[in-house]
Amino acid sequence: MADPMRIRAAVKDGGVNVKVLMAHEMETGQRKDSAGKPIPAHFIQHVSAMWQGKEVLSANWGPAIAKNPFLEFNFKGGKKGEKIQIIWTDNKGDKRTDEATIN
Amino acid sequence: MASIKLRAVVALSGFALACAAQTGQTAAPMKKAAGGAKSAVAADFEKFRDIMAEASPAELFEAKGKELWHTKRGPKNASLEKCDMGLGPGKLKGAYVKLPRYFADAGQVMDAERRIVYCMVTLQGFKEKDLAKKPFSSASKTPDPVSLVTYVAGQSRGMKIAVPQKHAKEREAYKVGEEIFNYRAGPWDFSCATCHGHDGLRIRTQDLPNISKKEGAVAAFEGWPGYRMTGGRMHTLQWRLNDCFRQQRFPEPGYVSETLSDLLTYMGVNANGHVYKGPGIKR
Repeated sequence: MADPMRIRAAVKDGGVNVKVLMAHEMETGQRKDSAGKPIPAHFIQHVSAMWQGKEVLSANWGPAIAKNPFLEFNFKGGKKGEKIQIIWTDNKGDKRTDEATIN
Repeated sequence: MASIKLRAVVALSGFALACAAQTGQTAAPMKKAAGGAKSAVAADFEKFRDIMAEASPAELFEAKGKELWHTKRGPKNASLEKCDMGLGPGKLKGAYVKLPRYFADAGQVMDAERRIVYCMVTLQGFKEKDLAKKPFSSASKTPDPVSLVTYVAGQSRGMKIAVPQKHAKEREAYKVGEEIFNYRAGPWDFSCATCHGHDGLRIRTQDLPNISKKEGAVAAFEGWPGYRMTGGRMHTLQWRLNDCFRQQRFPEPGYVSETLSDLLTYMGVNANGHVYKGPGIKR
């Protein structure tokens, strides 16, 4: 199972500033192991952020994103105490959802 | 007088050569940083570290460690919630900055990782020899104790380092640690103090803390456990000390052995009084 994310969300300038740290290998598929065999690609393909059942961010990612990615974004609306949910899906179909409360 | 001076010069040049060989580069001998001031590279790295601190990947391992701590695992299907890190079962706030300490139930002075392994063995039924097989992070795996140490360390963020010296065994650990620190041996006649017992030394661009003084001990205590950008791996002090032994061409110490607890007591006590910033980030 995938490891937990670290999400911080805070009200800022009338919107909400969200910082997410995800635990993922982000293997490009270009590298070879010590035996010379290619290491299969394994990376996050889609990230979405949900607020009150509404998608506020949707992103398609590829193998160019670094290991243990960090994502920061702002969205309008959102109040203190409300929840924000981050969902990622990788190319092996693995999925992880974590939730945080807006500060 | 002249002969003494000459001997000092000979000793120093031999020392520089040995440290250069240690880095694997003959062209980069260990040098004193100019005027004791921080090098530009070190200053740049500090800037980088400040930026990264906002989103330190070490926090991912804290989150992983938290999950591991509360999950029922092992042959005994138990969580670590009853594990006593020194402040009572399950009490983790501020425990890390008071380690190593003496534990009456084990009859030993233990550092954080040693204590966690002790709990994993006694509460969860894991075998110490299995945990000691591959105890350090690799490209493919971060061992559970590493994440657990990171979680426990994170619970002491912003607290003062206060490694105790009340119990006779704790004072003994400090003394033994100090002796190991200064003990010269091995094919290069090295001791920990060779590189970590003087001010302003470095290997290549890496500044080396003088652990025999408070300032240096703080610098050494502070960054660990640390996330290494190179390879993206989380490492604990067990790994750091093991690697120091290896670089000195010493026999490597046993995982979570007494030797390391003693050395960590020496370092921790020297760092006492400083505020610990939590798991760090390394180049």
